[in-house]
Amino acid sequence: MLPTKQPRRSSLNFVPAFVDKVASAPSIWNIPVSTAETSDPVIVRCEHLGRVLRFEDKDKVLIADATFDVRTGEVLAIVGPSGSGKSSLLRLLNRLDEPTSGTVFVDGADYRQIPPQELRRKLGMVTQRPYLFPGTVGKNLRFGPSQRGINMTQEAVDQILLEVGLKGYAARDIAKLSGGESQRVSIARSLANSPLVLLLDEPTSALDELSKREIELLIQKIVREQKLTCVLVTHDRAQASRLAQRAILLDAGHIAGIGPVDELLHA
Amino acid sequence: MLRLLFSNQLQLGMAQAGIASLAAMMVVLLARKRGINLVSESLIAMARAIVQIVAVGSILVLLLRGPRWTSGFCLAGMMLAAGAISSRRAKGIPGAFRISAWAIASGAGSVIALMAWLGVIDMAITSLLPVGSMLIANAMNTNGLALNRFRADVIAHAGEIETALALGASPNSSITPYVQASFEASLIPAIDSLRSLGIVWIPGLMAGMLLSGARPVYAAIYQFVVLAMIFAASGLTSLVSTLLIRGQIFTSAEQLLLQPGG
Repeated sequence: MLPTKQPRRSSLNFVPAFVDKVASAPSIWNIPVSTAETSDPVIVRCEHLGRVLRFEDKDKVLIADATFDVRTGEVLAIVGPSGSGKSSLLRLLNRLDEPTSGTVFVDGADYRQIPPQELRRKLGMVTQRPYLFPGTVGKNLRFGPSQRGINMTQEAVDQILLEVGLKGYAARDIAKLSGGESQRVSIARSLANSPLVLLLDEPTSALDELSKREIELLIQKIVREQKLTCVLVTHDRAQASRLAQRAILLDAGHIAGIGPVDELLHA
Repeated sequence: MLRLLFSNQLQLGMAQAGIASLAAMMVVLLARKRGINLVSESLIAMARAIVQIVAVGSILVLLLRGPRWTSGFCLAGMMLAAGAISSRRAKGIPGAFRISAWAIASGAGSVIALMAWLGVIDMAITSLLPVGSMLIANAMNTNGLALNRFRADVIAHAGEIETALALGASPNSSITPYVQASFEASLIPAIDSLRSLGIVWIPGLMAGMLLSGARPVYAAIYQFVVLAMIFAASGLTSLVSTLLIRGQIFTSAEQLLLQPGG
């Protein structure tokens, strides 16, 4: 079960250079750590999560002491400049990398107690590049369920494709897809696993402006219609504002602030 | 031409080795001009080869006159050395030497043992050692190719592999295409050798058998026997190697260890 007492990280003991340069928001440190929507149940809780690598007798901090909640049905944005540890944090969340300290509770259970394959099905991930498998769109959608011995029906495949705006694409070869379509297939492929939380790692950074807006609308639609919880990594503050309710500001692997997205990013 | 210059066989051999080495070095230098640096590796390999073969040649007479059981020790030593050499193609993969040694021992070793027991390879040390060494050497090459291809493919497709893991695939399932590709690629030389036998190349063993008075048809058939054994030994080695290596590139939490730039 989740610990009843949820430790809070002080937001005042660390001064991030990133915020000074980019945010032009001197009042940012007055924003309380975690806020408001306390009525929503916590679905993912990171507790003192950290990853430090040792290179040539020097420690490189990728993520340090990250403590935060993800609440059911919300979109939580992780924002920060390039190299601040956004993707590293996301990889720790579905345990593609191993934390060197702390842990993550998923639906109340320590994720080290959950078999990795089950954990990763629960925390679906969409990467910057879609990495589609050779073959048809339908084959890609069936991949995840087939790993658990589930053979998706054609109707189920068509339904998910309809939801992501790719009606009639099941038999199409992935080589014939545009960048935006490939990313839609990538999202659909994760949705086929019925995840509890969708982790989105810069899902639009490799797309043109039009495709980017289309994917954003798709994410908004999925969140609205399926009440899906999302953790969105983005370097784009405007995108975070458009899609997320809360945001985490990362700087050099440290959490520099957590709060409602409008207050945190536009203060 | 060299034979006109050198009447002494040892001097002739050294001159021939020098010219052959020069030809090899010219290729290495040409490759270097195209940005492929193999100079030090090639120089060390050639120096090692000449020292090793001269050393073995010097003691071969003693070995071949020794008791039959010594061939087992010699072949075991060759398999360990082959494992150590081919494991260098798997840089960054933990346990590569252990896996290579096991793969070569179970691939080449089992084929040698079975064929010797069935009488396909003569148990005499003069036959067992040279034919066994051919099987081990080819198994070593196949193992090196398999490991090299596997490592390169995994690093090049780390994104695809981690995507499969992120979709709930098991480690084995996520790397199946790369295991298959490395197995197939490693067997290309053995398959091509079988295909081209008698057309593109006539093995030295056949020439030796003919010179020692064997019937030409039997000498020819035995070449096929040797190549078929090489194929069996190489294939089994690659199969074992690619099966064992799968477990080495993931952590117990099913995280990919081999990463680009890692």
